[in-house]
Amino acid sequence: MITDDLHLLTGAYALDALPDDEREAFERHLAGCEACAQEAAELSATAARLGLAVSVEPDREMRGRVLGRITAVRQDAPGASPVIRSGRAALRARLVSRWALAACLAAAAALGGTAVWQHQRAEDALAQAQRAERGSEQVAAVLAAPDARTRAVVLPGGAIGTVVVSHGRDQAVFAVSGMAHPPSGKVYQLWFDDNGIMRSAGLMNPGRADQAVLLRGAVDGASGMGITVEPTGGSKQPTSAPLALTRFPA
Amino acid sequence: MQPDLQELVGRVALGDEKAFAAVYDAVVSPVLGVARAVLRDHAQSEEVAQEVLVEVWRTAPRYRSDRGTAINWILTLAHRRAIDRVRSVEAAAARDNKAALLARTPEFDEVTEQVEARLEREQVRRCLRTLTEIQRQAVTLAYYRGLTYRQVAEALTLPLGTVKTRLRDGLIRLRDCLGVTA
Repeated sequence: MITDDLHLLTGAYALDALPDDEREAFERHLAGCEACAQEAAELSATAARLGLAVSVEPDREMRGRVLGRITAVRQDAPGASPVIRSGRAALRARLVSRWALAACLAAAAALGGTAVWQHQRAEDALAQAQRAERGSEQVAAVLAAPDARTRAVVLPGGAIGTVVVSHGRDQAVFAVSGMAHPPSGKVYQLWFDDNGIMRSAGLMNPGRADQAVLLRGAVDGASGMGITVEPTGGSKQPTSAPLALTRFPA
Repeated sequence: MQPDLQELVGRVALGDEKAFAAVYDAVVSPVLGVARAVLRDHAQSEEVAQEVLVEVWRTAPRYRSDRGTAINWILTLAHRRAIDRVRSVEAAAARDNKAALLARTPEFDEVTEQVEARLEREQVRRCLRTLTEIQRQAVTLAYYRGLTYRQVAEALTLPLGTVKTRLRDGLIRLRDCLGVTA
């Protein structure tokens, strides 16, 4: 294809109207044609105006969902300019980012505070460390499960948690960052919601603002989970209104 | 657009979640609008808009302002994600129906309380009217319907070369009418 002919593609390129293979060829051409690159940039900016002209108001809930999701997404390293991929490449990228999410949360888990904090029994440090390690392996396994589904949970005070459920493993993990410490003498307790009946899923570490906790016990058909503030040591049944109550992702 | 969007994106690149919330507020309406225009489906366009916004967070460290403004970057991302989706789900056969395609005009009359958005819409609509009929149809089918230029050629029964030049000429006219600089 001669250069003049390629140059005519600036419009189609700016409107994303080139098939993948032709777009790639045109981008290679742009790298060596300053006038084309300038025109393509101007026409892309023009196309963006077509986008601005069709703005619509989103549902209010979308904001919380998006702000919740990003807390669990690791950012790319600076470097090459963002490649806006399409088709297969984008699918690959999404799969990779899902793994990156799992790896990121698993790394947070490995730093500690993973296993459900056991106040009920005094344990020596070694046993506790072993428990934490087993817990973090299980947390990582849930996060990396092929059927893992996530849902953001907004907590009072603005902290945002993520609940991750693997129905295949019948396990769930609750990860949170920036959670306020419970009042003195109190602890956060997690619950499985068995259609309105709360079943204890263990306690969170009261000393950590960031933690990923494996819910104790099997999901076993629970429809969701809740968090309450309970006296140190936990309660058999919730004794306060839940801070958050969320359905498990389907 | 927000004069400080560039700076906000710079802060997002450093992991600033508050800055991201401000970027969200500034761009969510056009991002959702682009997805809605192309996909025509409430649930799907919300899904795509959310994916795009998360991608803005993820790739902000790699955004380079010398390659274009932040809003252009974000709306290009939104448009490409929306057409990826539409090209993957719509059967080629369904797109051959010229009458159906041309009947689906963009929702310029969507109600919005934002004065800025209303003015933008008015200006773009006015400038689209300065295009020839074929330029306008070609640009509209490509941007708002997500058709490739080959599909536009089929829909309008025009030679490929003609569609390439109409898309370019139409955008150039639109650029000059809107006073766009890159």
